[in-house]
Amino acid sequence: MVALFPTCLGEALNRAAVRDSARLLTAAGVASERPAGATCCGQPAWNSGFVRDARRVARRTLRALAEAEAVIVPAGSCAAMMRLHWPHLFHGERDQALAERVAARTFELSQYLVDELGWRPPAPANRAEVSYHDSCHMLRELRLHDQPRALLAAVADLRELPRADRCCGFGGTFSVRYPDVSTAMADDKLASAATAGAVTLASADPGCVMQIEGRAARTGAGVRVVHLATVVAEAL
Amino acid sequence: MSGFEARSRAALADPHKRANVPRFAEKAADNRVRGFEGIDVDALRTAGEAARSRAIADLPALLDSLQAKLEAAGVVVHRAPTGADAARYVTEVVLRHGRMVVKSKSMASEEIGLNERLEAAGVEVVETDLGEFIVQTAGEPPEHIIIPAIHKTTDQVRELFEPLAGRPIGDDPADLTAFARAHLRERFLEAPVGITGVNFAVAETGTIVLVTNEGNGRMCSSLPRVHIAVMGMERVVADLADLAVLLPLLTRSGTGQKITSYVTMLNGPRRREEGDGPEEMHVVILDNGRSRVRETPYRSVLNCIRCGACQNVCPVYRQVGGTAYGWVYGGPIGAVLTPLLHGDQELGHASSLCAACDDVCPVRIPLHELLLGLRRDRAADAAGPMERLAFRLWSFAWSRPWLFRLSVRLAGRARGPVPLLRRWTRTRDLEVHR
Repeated sequence: MVALFPTCLGEALNRAAVRDSARLLTAAGVASERPAGATCCGQPAWNSGFVRDARRVARRTLRALAEAEAVIVPAGSCAAMMRLHWPHLFHGERDQALAERVAARTFELSQYLVDELGWRPPAPANRAEVSYHDSCHMLRELRLHDQPRALLAAVADLRELPRADRCCGFGGTFSVRYPDVSTAMADDKLASAATAGAVTLASADPGCVMQIEGRAARTGAGVRVVHLATVVAEAL
Repeated sequence: MSGFEARSRAALADPHKRANVPRFAEKAADNRVRGFEGIDVDALRTAGEAARSRAIADLPALLDSLQAKLEAAGVVVHRAPTGADAARYVTEVVLRHGRMVVKSKSMASEEIGLNERLEAAGVEVVETDLGEFIVQTAGEPPEHIIIPAIHKTTDQVRELFEPLAGRPIGDDPADLTAFARAHLRERFLEAPVGITGVNFAVAETGTIVLVTNEGNGRMCSSLPRVHIAVMGMERVVADLADLAVLLPLLTRSGTGQKITSYVTMLNGPRRREEGDGPEEMHVVILDNGRSRVRETPYRSVLNCIRCGACQNVCPVYRQVGGTAYGWVYGGPIGAVLTPLLHGDQELGHASSLCAACDDVCPVRIPLHELLLGLRRDRAADAAGPMERLAFRLWSFAWSRPWLFRLSVRLAGRARGPVPLLRRWTRTRDLEVHR
């Protein structure tokens, strides 16, 4: 079974992106399933220092993914949590071996499509312009830079954003712990999108989409902020 | 409202700061990238990390060796367990010689509140680094580790300098600099005591190394009769070979320069056959919590060489500047050092955990990991009961799939005055894609 793990933000705010991720997997010839009982990777508590609470939630998700031959995550940050931090979270604890096994089988969506399957979406009749925002953990923890761009470049004219790698200010709980700083960071990102003349801004993280889109909607910035899977699925 | 939140809001409300800090931080970050062009930066960083880790591992022995070499050269060495002790010692030395000091910039002296202590004792303190002179004139602490006046416009500098000059100077940076140069030159000639920081101290040779671009460090350490160098105890490096690795890492990481305009290496006060230099030299080796940090999992933070590269790439620093972090060190290194040396455990949260700092640190301090560690410490012993309860309830609910489904459904529809939600919706919409 290939599991498509929606993630908590995907379930709560961006089911469209999860559906679109499933469509991409289908187009690539992979039947995926939503694992019953998976909730969240535990990152909100892990990044706040509450390790036991993080483990309590992560364990539920970990066990729901136990039988999966591959776990596909349409969220770079959650994929980084599972691949890189779960082995530490469960180190010396029950389920350590399982955590290590699942971590090794977990892939961010574009990573799985491009690196594991070697898949590219077919070229569409019309190509729109798209810019891409690198999410921090996907870029600097998983080191995934080219994979999402390869998918976007297949269906759209990819126009690079200046400072695409600069944080959008989401940062999980950071966004509500220090809302003013977080918002100023989103404004920085929107300013760089405006400089690039971006019409559509794609990200592979529902958190970044929530942050940049939420601020764009409030300020009336004329840029569509959308999950990477949605951009690619629309071109299929 | 928490300390960092209040201070960062104040910083965000300062239009000059908001215009200048990102501009000059970005420039410094870009200079760094150019500075490493054609160089295997990752190999150099690995060598830098090794050199620093060696120094911190051997710290007690290296400090003994440094002290022995310095004393053999006629330097008076004082080991200061606390900032208060260091400031007291320096003040006593200064008062033996006069009532005025010229100073080149030193974060260690900022850390121990040296200027305030000296001024309280009736000593006139003149900062001679141009940026430091600007912020001193403004009555402010430095905003950046190596660019103290990063937040000031030339117009603001003019407003600060013209009353000192008693004449109009204008907005031309060259004219403003010329004024400062002339103004400071008289102080250099007059002051009986010069105080500097220390960028590196070489244990093998007993050499104090100063890295500057304006030459003021050299003047502070050679013109006055007495030179006092104040160093954090972790400034020590084993030998000249390690210095050769670290010196270009510092200059390229900080300003993108292969080497700064002035690198001063001091091996004691003036010798009989020498024509210049101080008659008396003191080195104050400051602990102020560092020995304690060395025994913790945060030891690697002592590897820091104070280049400021992490500040320049930090998206949070970029918005709020350095003083918002509440103590002398801002940016990622401040968010780690301040809780460890000064208290204020909240500061570990003053980061979006974007990890950009990890990629530029010349000595590979795992700042991201250290920030997570500080958050764990805080959660264990300093987080408030409401926050603990919130995470407890959260983990109770989200470890039960039916409660998880219920809560995410509610979250998708939530409106109105839910406290946490309001911290989102005050500045942002909550868009839901079903």
